[in-house]
Amino acid sequence: MSKPILTIDNLTKRFGGVTAVNGINLEVMPKETIAIIGPNGAGKTTFYNMVSGRMLPTEGKITLDGQDITGLPPHKISRLGVSRSFQINNIFPEMTVQENVEVVLSAYHGHSRKLFNIASRNTGIQQEAVEYLKRLGIDGLRDQRAEVISYGDKRLLEIAMVLATQPKLVLLDEPTAGMTPDETRRTTKLVKSLADSGDYTFLITEHDMDVVFNLADRILVMHRGEKLFAGTPEEVKNHPEVRVAYLGEEEEDAVEEANP
Amino acid sequence: MKTKILMGLLAVAIAGLIAVPWIASYFYIFILTEILILGLFAASFNLIFGYTGMLSFGHAAFFGIGSYATALVLIHLEWPFLACLLVSMGASALLALVIGFLSVRLNEVYFAMLTLAFGMMVFAIAYQWRSVTNGSDGLAGFTLGSFGLGVDLILGNPAVYYHVVLVIVAIAAVVLYLVCRSSFGMILKAIRQNPERVSFAGLNVRTYRLVAFVIAGSFAGLAGGLMAPFLRVASPELLHWSMSAEPVLMAILGGTGYFLGPFVGSAVFVLLETWITSFTESWMLVLGIILAMMVIFFRKGLLGTALDWWLEVKK
Repeated sequence: MSKPILTIDNLTKRFGGVTAVNGINLEVMPKETIAIIGPNGAGKTTFYNMVSGRMLPTEGKITLDGQDITGLPPHKISRLGVSRSFQINNIFPEMTVQENVEVVLSAYHGHSRKLFNIASRNTGIQQEAVEYLKRLGIDGLRDQRAEVISYGDKRLLEIAMVLATQPKLVLLDEPTAGMTPDETRRTTKLVKSLADSGDYTFLITEHDMDVVFNLADRILVMHRGEKLFAGTPEEVKNHPEVRVAYLGEEEEDAVEEANP
Repeated sequence: MKTKILMGLLAVAIAGLIAVPWIASYFYIFILTEILILGLFAASFNLIFGYTGMLSFGHAAFFGIGSYATALVLIHLEWPFLACLLVSMGASALLALVIGFLSVRLNEVYFAMLTLAFGMMVFAIAYQWRSVTNGSDGLAGFTLGSFGLGVDLILGNPAVYYHVVLVIVAIAAVVLYLVCRSSFGMILKAIRQNPERVSFAGLNVRTYRLVAFVIAGSFAGLAGGLMAPFLRVASPELLHWSMSAEPVLMAILGGTGYFLGPFVGSAVFVLLETWITSFTESWMLVLGIILAMMVIFFRKGLLGTALDWWLEVKK
């Protein structure tokens, strides 16, 4: 098989006395979809924050396509081909849906350095933006202000913005968090079709086990910052320790949701 | 349709501004010259405030340096006026590069405080470096020679000087407007709304903020270069931190969301100041009340509120 696109070597993050992520190793192959699961506080988002440059690792090494990217700032890691979404919506609220994607595209294509073009007449970028919106099924909303569209549509817009930099590696942080069951189904189907298209390599954190088993080629189970287990969805489903650690936590979640 | 009406109104306004010396007294020519210069000052400030989301309390540093640069060049070198203005822009761009480089890495209140601190330092230097700046008296006694480019103008005539200011401010405003409408300008707006998302799109936000800061600084310097011959003096007051508050007030008064907001703010500010001070000495009290009302009830400013209302109601 080919070389891994992302290699994580002994990645560790400590906050004072707390170890949020402890000695994680991971190899991601091109065109693969890997899910990272684990209860809240397992260290998934901290892991993402280090891979995308938002946080400096305490120890360990991150290699993207043979290049050491450990500790680079977010904009450099993005330039090298890692694009991420966030758990909370991270869009440009006062711009239209289409403009949100245009911003990312003009950054990606280097138009952002042009001082004297007219952005609203940049038809190439506009058409490309609409293409990405179509891919996510939200091109009907293109002229809406981004802050007024539904929560689920905002999350889809974020995915469109993530894909617009044509990343080698896409990090999605709980793409279906807070969605209605209907939106979750729609989003899962979309991400599945994007993964199946063979154009993208995905790293996904997710709470919803149905979504995970549906999407992932391999699953990394994290617990208290450490790797509990890694394997195929089948192996994870049948692993006794995972069932105890993770499904136990899920029951708690279910209780919390029932009594908010 | 609405765009056409707005364009028509703008054309009428420009025609009116051109015609002023033939229809108004010297008093209003002076007032309009001041409005235009301060309007450019406020518009340059709004590039970093309204568009990029950086509240600077030190913008007068660039305005003042521009004034001093033009005054110094006129005194010592007697260059044509256009050359003086270019020196003003260059000097303030350079100063903005230094102050900006040290400031744009900080956010929000820290950025505001740091720009205020640098503004105070520049003021202190101008105040105390008597051999160059003539201290608290400022630089006076310079006269405008030729305009430059072989254009024959009597710049000492207030009506002529008004027209020169009008043309230069108009050109500068068009350039600033184009910057706001460009892809670069779009990124600035994106930075105001969500800087983190911009950096995750692969751009170094600090660089973009610095470039915006330098552009804003150089246009503030241009405004300062126009101000010195108008006042016939370049004095430390032009650099004082209270002068840095003026573009903030004008931008909020007119509205930060529309390009022409700061110009409207400048007009309202200067006209109110002129009229109110002829009735009462408590101009600051009246201004304070107006500003409080604006921020509480009309956060989009006069132009912003009016345009939003008109565009919404008359659909």
